[in-house]
Amino acid sequence: MVRYLNWLWREFKGEILVLPGRSILFFGAVALLALPLVFRHPYALRVLTMASIFAIFAASWDLISGVVGQLSLGHAIFFGTAAYTSALLNLNAGLPPVVTIPLGALAAVVAGLAVGIPCLRLKGQYLSLATLAFPIILAGLVMVFSSVTGGELGVSGLTRLAPTRLKEYYVAVVAAIVLILAVWKITDSKVGIIFHAIREDEVAARASGINTPLYKVLAFCLSGLFAGLAGGLYAHYMRIAGPSTLSVLTSFQPIIWVIFGGIATIYGAVVGVFVLFPLVEVLRVAPELRMLLYAASIVLVLRFMPEGLAPWVIDRLERKCPRCKEHNAFTRRACRVCGTALRVPQEKGVPSGG
Amino acid sequence: MLGNILVNALMNAGVYAMLAVGFSLMFGVARIINLAHTAFYMVAGYCIFYLVSTAGLPLPLAILISIVAVVVLAVVVYRLLIDPMREHETTVLILTIALALVLQEAMLLWFGGYFRSVPAATAGYATILGVRVSFQYLLTLGVLAGALVAVWFVLMKTKLGLAIRATAQDREIAEVMGMDESRTATLTVAIASALAGLAGAIVAPLYILEPRMWLNPLTIVLAIAVLGGLGSLKGSLFGAAIIALAESLVVFLVPQGAFLKGAFSLGIMILVLLIRPEGLFGVAFEEER
Repeated sequence: MVRYLNWLWREFKGEILVLPGRSILFFGAVALLALPLVFRHPYALRVLTMASIFAIFAASWDLISGVVGQLSLGHAIFFGTAAYTSALLNLNAGLPPVVTIPLGALAAVVAGLAVGIPCLRLKGQYLSLATLAFPIILAGLVMVFSSVTGGELGVSGLTRLAPTRLKEYYVAVVAAIVLILAVWKITDSKVGIIFHAIREDEVAARASGINTPLYKVLAFCLSGLFAGLAGGLYAHYMRIAGPSTLSVLTSFQPIIWVIFGGIATIYGAVVGVFVLFPLVEVLRVAPELRMLLYAASIVLVLRFMPEGLAPWVIDRLERKCPRCKEHNAFTRRACRVCGTALRVPQEKGVPSGG
Repeated sequence: MLGNILVNALMNAGVYAMLAVGFSLMFGVARIINLAHTAFYMVAGYCIFYLVSTAGLPLPLAILISIVAVVVLAVVVYRLLIDPMREHETTVLILTIALALVLQEAMLLWFGGYFRSVPAATAGYATILGVRVSFQYLLTLGVLAGALVAVWFVLMKTKLGLAIRATAQDREIAEVMGMDESRTATLTVAIASALAGLAGAIVAPLYILEPRMWLNPLTIVLAIAVLGGLGSLKGSLFGAAIIALAESLVVFLVPQGAFLKGAFSLGIMILVLLIRPEGLFGVAFEEER
């Protein structure tokens, strides 16, 4: 037991504490989990619950668009499909959220197939613009079959995610941490390397014997799965699934968050959501100017940090070893792995190969 | 019925064509997916509304001033914000989204979220194919045709047009051949936004103005540009005609068709893309590395 704890501590020190970027993320997650112990303002909890749910959504967008490079402008299709499926199953079949959310996510995976397979033939901007169409088509169908879907009003009166506000908060935060770690692990795995390869050079990946169409469809399904889980959580948290879950703005929102935070990094997606989503709420002090200030701040930040916020911060806090390419805290003089001197500041970093 | 469908389709096709040609040009030359394109069209509409109803200027003068204002706005935004970021494709994408939101909110602040309308330039109507067509419609169609011919003339018969087309085909070679790429791109942005402004000016008396009016045409314009082939003028024209006709057919023939018109036209776009992935008249670009 002691030996195990000792090992855990060493791993923790060696893998997380040595890098400022990882420490910030780790302590951020801890702070999220510990926050309700000291501060239980219902409004703050609500904002953070929503931010956690949207962080999953943003990470799923980053998976398909950032990592695999299939820039999707219609990510709302997965969010909305799952939200509506969960809502209808919950209301009509009386299933609890534990069942409806995974089933909703499953529906989103099917949607991923439906989007991914036709889009295999498309490349670049054509693909982006074609994906934009899918949620709009579905929204049109939702309006026409309004006897089932409630039309403009949506499906409301769903079971709560959990009986109390605090439990809902914990469900969302824990789900966000687990799912985002899962996405991160995927991008780090062998499949993830193939995903990165497809973004960098699809022809070369194919020439190396990788079945790129299969992996692209897989990426669409995985991305759909996570976006679907977020959609189901959202529907049960808001207790309504309406046509707004399929709107163009729902598709654009993860794009704004992820690019603001730093694309193709996954953690950038999380940073983007947790900075921008509360920012919108804080800006409620000036209701008329809210969206204006929001959009203007995004434009300004991107004007000076074109790679996004998180990579910009990481560039300042960490240095890449010129010899072994390991990251080091900016305070170190020598690389922690190979001992090479780290005096020269690195050229502008590229986020993990982007 | 048939007359209604045709007249309606023709009208929409004209407006869509103007927006799509501008969008397509901007994509072709400057390689920007400008999601704020239809926001400029909205700004032009509001500008005319302001000049006509508040400042009391005559309509033609108001239209002229608004187009100039939109062009200046677009060029300033392009030079200050978009051009320095062109290497970061995705960043440009959300810059343009953010820009559209800024414009939407600015209009909301200034004019409020009410539905506004601009008085028509002419009264009265003619009867064509058994359909009452107001003179405003006919005037609009005339202006549309004129504008499209003018754009065609500039692109095909002038040196500037040659530069624009060359840059659209291959930016680097055009640069090597002595065309000022940055100047060409700026001029293209100016032409494209002028077209968007003109489209806004034309629909202002016919449609209702509201700060969210950019979102719907945006998806349609994207569909048309992709359907016809990104960067192809002929494609934009044909795409606009196809989509406008399809929309009119759905609205008039299918029950609850108004809800389905977006879905239907986008469905057509996806079908075409499945058969021809580069659009109807698009050229399959060599991979730019």
